[in-house]
Amino acid sequence: MSEVSVLSAARQRGAMPLRGRSYMAFALTPDPPIADWLEGLDAWLRGSSGFFAGRPVVLDLSAVTLTSAAIGHLISELGTRGVRIMGLEGVAAEKLGPGLPPLVSGGRPAPAEAIAARSQPTPPQERAPASLLVESAVRSGQAIFHPDGDVTVLGSVGSGAEVIAGGSIHIYGTLRGRAMAGTSGNRKARIFCQHLEAELLAIDGYYRTAEDLDMELQGRPVQAWLANETLFIAEIDR
Amino acid sequence: MGKVIVVTSGKGGVGKTTSTAALGAALARMGHNVVVVDFDVGLRNLDLVMGAERRVVFDLINVVQGVAKLTQALIRDKRLETLYLLPASQTRDKDALTEEGIARVIYDLRSRFDWVICDSPAGIERGATLAMRYADEAVIVTNPEVSSVRDSDRIIGLLDSKTEKAERGDRMAKHLLIARFDPGRAARGEMLNIQDVLEILSIPLLGVIPESEEVLRASNLGAPITICGQQSAPAHAYMDAARRLAGEEIEMLIPTEKQGLFAKIFGRRAA
Repeated sequence: MSEVSVLSAARQRGAMPLRGRSYMAFALTPDPPIADWLEGLDAWLRGSSGFFAGRPVVLDLSAVTLTSAAIGHLISELGTRGVRIMGLEGVAAEKLGPGLPPLVSGGRPAPAEAIAARSQPTPPQERAPASLLVESAVRSGQAIFHPDGDVTVLGSVGSGAEVIAGGSIHIYGTLRGRAMAGTSGNRKARIFCQHLEAELLAIDGYYRTAEDLDMELQGRPVQAWLANETLFIAEIDR
Repeated sequence: MGKVIVVTSGKGGVGKTTSTAALGAALARMGHNVVVVDFDVGLRNLDLVMGAERRVVFDLINVVQGVAKLTQALIRDKRLETLYLLPASQTRDKDALTEEGIARVIYDLRSRFDWVICDSPAGIERGATLAMRYADEAVIVTNPEVSSVRDSDRIIGLLDSKTEKAERGDRMAKHLLIARFDPGRAARGEMLNIQDVLEILSIPLLGVIPESEEVLRASNLGAPITICGQQSAPAHAYMDAARRLAGEEIEMLIPTEKQGLFAKIFGRRAA
């Protein structure tokens, strides 16, 4: 086990703030012959499959002598076993081509339990269909993309702007741009807007452009829903 | 420290340069120290509208690159002594402008002038984003027609995301200047009316400039309309807009069909 320092780079040229940060990672140390070592790893993984999934692993090559191609091969072999290598240790820098993970150094040993606890992959939680609230207007050229749930826009959605939601879309201003609801296959999603001047409405891929919209609905508060593979649009009765 | 204003629109030909010159001259006439900065590298026009094209020696890029000092590049207006121009380069490429260089020049200008008015190039590329990058407030010039209004909407989105102020989490104040407004055509439905434009863009109105041949005449004379055509309707509209920009409360007048007559925005439905 070792500790690895990684530099995290943030945007902007020139004034780029570079911050160091250290992380805990597992270190795998293959010993020759590699084929036997891989077999041993396989045997161990049969007992604890998925152990390395989502965990940072550093490959310590100090015990073996490998060519650049062999390193690449080993990394891809590990990849097929669900082990993703984030860095290499104990190998000459010249051997590292652009396709290989970067060289890390200065690692310190750490107890395996500590790192297993720290790097515990977060369990895939049941994500509630979180809704997204947009308090301003969505301007032309902007896109609101929220594949996980509903989107509510308090302002207007400008011509040339788009709102894409996995769930339903609620627009309290004027909808002049595009609204696409239920994009992740949710046919029960709906689109609501206070004032319809939309360029396009779509639910789960079924769409209507401005041309196909009933002129009577222009400027009206409407809802759109999907039934029998047809997109219906009607004024909201108040 | 002075205030940095970007005059921008997205669409070309809507009156950014004319408005920059007119607002700059109007603020200078009010006694403020003003510099108008041309960001339209490669297609500079502000020098022509200001009538200073034959006095350009150094330009913005020279200053950004440290070839010339700011004081060497600034051109003082011959009519208003508190009005200055920082011209753009006509021969260079806008890639010569760097973010840090612009930041430095804007900082310098801000410490010397009450108002730094940046004339943005059209479009949403590098030149336009650099012009708005360090602004405190924005004047969005729009013509009452759909393409111009949609482009302005796009620019407002950029002002709220790509500027230094937006990245700090602050909100940039925005002012809408409707230029080339023809009351007759608006009344006949051949143009969007003021209410439509305001409804779509939903930012406060700074002024409505009537379409007028006076504006073209002034440009060709090389003088901001607020200097050479002071009695004309557009000059009045620009003067009022400049006063509002400076924080004065001035009643908004919308040009009506009868030339020279004005109606109150909420009194009679003008447009």
